[in-house]
Amino acid sequence: MRIEEHPILSFKRGKAVKFHYNDEEVLAFEGETIAAALHAAGIKTLSHSHEKNRPRGLYCAIGNCSSCIMEVNGEPNVRICVEMVHEGMVVKTQKGKGDIL
Amino acid sequence: MMPVELLVIGGGPAGLCAAIQAAEMGSRVMIVDRNNALGGQLVKQTHMFFGSEKQYASKRGFDIAKLLLDKIANLSNIEVLEATTVLGVYEDGVVTLEKNGSYLKVKPKAMVVATGASEKALAFPNNDLPGIYGAGAVQTLMNEYGVKPGNSVLMVGAGNIGLIVSYQLMQAGVKVEAIVEGGPQIGGYLVHASKVRRMGVPIYTQHTVKAAYGKEVLEGVTLCRLDDQWQQIPGTEFDVKADVVCISVGLTPLSELLWQAGCQMKYVNSLGGFVPYRDDNLQTSVKGIFVAGDVSGVEEASSAMVEGYLAGLSAASYLGYKIYNMNELKSDLLLQLDSLRHGPVGDRIRKGIAELRIINEAAASKEA
Repeated sequence: MRIEEHPILSFKRGKAVKFHYNDEEVLAFEGETIAAALHAAGIKTLSHSHEKNRPRGLYCAIGNCSSCIMEVNGEPNVRICVEMVHEGMVVKTQKGKGDIL
Repeated sequence: MMPVELLVIGGGPAGLCAAIQAAEMGSRVMIVDRNNALGGQLVKQTHMFFGSEKQYASKRGFDIAKLLLDKIANLSNIEVLEATTVLGVYEDGVVTLEKNGSYLKVKPKAMVVATGASEKALAFPNNDLPGIYGAGAVQTLMNEYGVKPGNSVLMVGAGNIGLIVSYQLMQAGVKVEAIVEGGPQIGGYLVHASKVRRMGVPIYTQHTVKAAYGKEVLEGVTLCRLDDQWQQIPGTEFDVKADVVCISVGLTPLSELLWQAGCQMKYVNSLGGFVPYRDDNLQTSVKGIFVAGDVSGVEEASSAMVEGYLAGLSAASYLGYKIYNMNELKSDLLLQLDSLRHGPVGDRIRKGIAELRIINEAAASKEA
C-alpha cells in the first residue's frame, strides 16, 4: 500500500532491497524504516502483549511507545519504527521479553 | 568528557531555532537528536502555516524545515549529532548520550531542552488492536515514507491535528469515514474543518468510540453519543467499518530529562501534562537549563519556533554573548508569542503559563 501519486509530495525511494520477515521475504527501499516496509507489505501485527498475548501494531511510529518491538538480526526489543531496513536483514516476531544473553 | 558550550536537545522547530539564534550571537552549539535527520515533525507537515510572516506563515511545514536546516548548515559554530539519544541529565550537569552503540559524556555550560511531546492514547475496549494509531504515526507513514496506513480511517479528535491529518489522508488517496470529537465543538480552526467537510467527511461532535473490534487487526468501531457530562448515552450506538483508527486527542510533553535535571515541575492540564516552571527568558528553576517548544507546554509549531529563538537568545546571553538589539529582539519575540496565543485556546495556554512563571531572577538559583 504505497502512495504512488501525491498532490504535494514526491517520494524519492532508495535502492530496492529485500529482507526476511519470519518465513517471508519482503521488498523494501533503502532509507525507510522496517515498520514502513512491513506496513507497505500489509503486515500490521508486529508484537504481542506479554500476559494475554494480544496482537500489537504501531502506535507512535517515532520511537516513543515500544508497541512495535521485534527481534532484528538476533537482537530483541528493537523499535522497528525507527530502525532502518538493510539488505538481508532478519526480522522476527519476538516471543516473550527477549533474551539478550 | 566532552566540553560543550550550549547543548540543544531536540532538533525540531524549537531546537533548530534556538540553535540558530544562539549560534548567530556567537555561541558554540551542539544539537543532539535521536532521529536520523533533523527537523522533528516539521518535515511531515504538508499544510501551509498560519501566524505572521515572522513564523514563516503560508509556507508548508517541510519547506520551513528546509529553510531552517539551510541556516544550520551555514553556521560553522553548530555541530550536529544525529541518531543520538540523550540518556540522562545528571546533578553535576553531565549529560550522557548514546550514538551507534557508543556511550558519550558531555558537560555543557548551558542547555536548551526542546524534546517535544508524545501523543496521548484514549481508553476504550480493544484500543490496542493493530490498526489503531496515533495521528502522528499515520503522518509519519504517509508523508515521510509514502505508505498508506490502510484503506478507510476513522479519526478521533477534531483538533487541528485531527483535521489536518484527515485532509492529508485524503490527499494520499485514503478514505476518511468520519471524524469524532468528544467535545461539543470542533477544537481546530474552522478553515481546516470546512475543508474536510466540503470533501464529504462527517464530523460528529459529542461522540466517542465505545469499543473497537477485530480479530487479529482492526475491522471496525462502535461509536456512541456523549451527554453534556461526557457520559455515553445508551442506545445511541452505531457502527463504522474502518481498518484504521487515528487517535488525535492531544499531546503530552516529553519532560523526562527536565525531571532528571531537577527542574521544578507542575501539572497544567491546558499545557498537556507536567511542565517546567520558567522565567520570562524561558529559563527553568535550574540555572542554565532553558526550555522551548512542546516540552514546555503543548502548542503549535509556530510558537515552538518563536520560543526556540527566545530560548536561544536567553541561553547565549546567559553564556555572555551579546547582540546590539537584544532587548528589542526579545520584546518582539514576546509580542509574537502573545499574538499567536489568541482565542479561547490561546487564553487557556496563557493562563497555564502564568501558573508556571518564575518572576524573580533569583528564583532560578539552583546551579546546573
